[in-house]
Amino acid sequence: MAVEQLKSEVTGSVWKIVANIGDNIAPGDSIMIIESMKMEIPVICEDGGKLSALLVKEGDSVAEGQNLAEIEI
Amino acid sequence: MKKPTKVLVANRSAVASRVIRALNELGIPSVAVYSEADKDAPYLNQADDAIFIGEAPAAKSYLNVDNLFEAMARTASTALHPGYGFLSENPVFAQKVLDAGHVFVGPSPQWIEKMGHKTQARHFAKSVGWPIGLGSELLPDDNQLVKEIARSIGYPLIVKPAEGGGGIGMIVAQTEDQLLSAVERARSMAKRGFGSEALYLETLCLKPRHVEFQVIGDKYGDIRVLFERDCSIQRRHQKIIEEAMAPCIDRSLIQTQCEGIARGLGTLGYDSLGTVEMLYDTSGNFRFLEMNTRLQVEHGVTEEVLGIDLVQSQIRIALGERLKNILPDDLSPQGHSIQARIYAEDSKRFYPSPGRLQIFEMPVGHHVRVETGYCVGMEVTQYYDPLLAKVIVHAPNRNQAIAKLISALRQTRIEGLSTNIKALIQIIQSEHFMSGNVHTGLAMEVVQEANRKSA
Repeated sequence: MAVEQLKSEVTGSVWKIVANIGDNIAPGDSIMIIESMKMEIPVICEDGGKLSALLVKEGDSVAEGQNLAEIEI
Repeated sequence: MKKPTKVLVANRSAVASRVIRALNELGIPSVAVYSEADKDAPYLNQADDAIFIGEAPAAKSYLNVDNLFEAMARTASTALHPGYGFLSENPVFAQKVLDAGHVFVGPSPQWIEKMGHKTQARHFAKSVGWPIGLGSELLPDDNQLVKEIARSIGYPLIVKPAEGGGGIGMIVAQTEDQLLSAVERARSMAKRGFGSEALYLETLCLKPRHVEFQVIGDKYGDIRVLFERDCSIQRRHQKIIEEAMAPCIDRSLIQTQCEGIARGLGTLGYDSLGTVEMLYDTSGNFRFLEMNTRLQVEHGVTEEVLGIDLVQSQIRIALGERLKNILPDDLSPQGHSIQARIYAEDSKRFYPSPGRLQIFEMPVGHHVRVETGYCVGMEVTQYYDPLLAKVIVHAPNRNQAIAKLISALRQTRIEGLSTNIKALIQIIQSEHFMSGNVHTGLAMEVVQEANRKSA
């Protein structure tokens, strides 16, 4: 079983986590929303899988390229 | 003894710089405010005084009413200019400023309140004979009722926050099965952006143009409509290029709207700057969108074609001068002006790009004007909107203005983060923009086509 690291595409803050550890994420669904410069950017899991770890919590600042979560594919 | 006038500018970046410039030109003492993130802003040294108002997040600084009032007291300020965004359209805040015995550089709170609530504003528009599109009242919580209301309006439609503005939280529903998720998304964005879940529906206008009218009134009942601007070039419902005058619209149609707006506001006492925003459709009909009761980001293009200073005028009106002593009786637009907004975002997907400005070279030229609140070395953070600078050109006609703007954008060098400059140039050089065939979907069409070609 492979583990994919989901990275942030932008520098910002974690506004909302919209999935729970253990959830099966459908391809294209979002697991959290990052806010930056008054924009909301969903963090999408392109291939789908099981959310096995959340590496950040709501309110955390994140940098572009930072690992946010782990998905078991 | 009456305290001497001193204006605190309760905002940041390009608008703070703009207002401080106007105050300096009027010889009126000014106070700048800054959050932790803006402590190196260039305009701080251009004001008579600068005072720290809190940590970077807006809620802790630019939206912190207590901190702003404390800053007013500590600097012995007698007036407050709210700029745009932040607290500029908060009627409770405006009233608090007045109750404290200060001057608020903006309209009376009752106007801010009336126009801030979008369904009320639509009622007002209808009552004074302005054209409005088909739309609903505030949506009830009941999803079944919402569906029925939507059916009576017809699809495609757009869900809008009733207490909103700035293009935020507007979601399209093409068909009924998109309706409830559109309502849900709009509700959550409205709650986050404006603290209110109130929504309403409007029919969607296809390929509309955004044409708005600049209004200015004094505290003595005088009001004037200073022609129009076309702001059809948008991404995510936010303007990125604006111009005066609106291309390819019969001047008599514009004149009719100007007269209708002046009649509608007439003797009702609108007492500051304002903008009546309309959509203009392919059949040549206007429909009222909303009225903004503040200075707008794009005010500069009106200033350029009319040779006036709207910010100085706004300040003078707030301090009790009469409109007839501020603006000449007859004003007619000369030439053409276009503004491009340079955003800290990439040119393909328009995603935010915070970073440190390692190079920040702005263009210069005859009738090339730059408004910015940044300088080289400054950090552009995630906490505010992505506007880095506005480039405004003026030329004898639209084609020359376009050429001048492209030249200015090519001169602009910004490094340390991504900008939308490449996209701006693509849009301005596009066939449709050059021929004046603009509409609110044009920017995205051009950029998506350019992305396809380079993929």
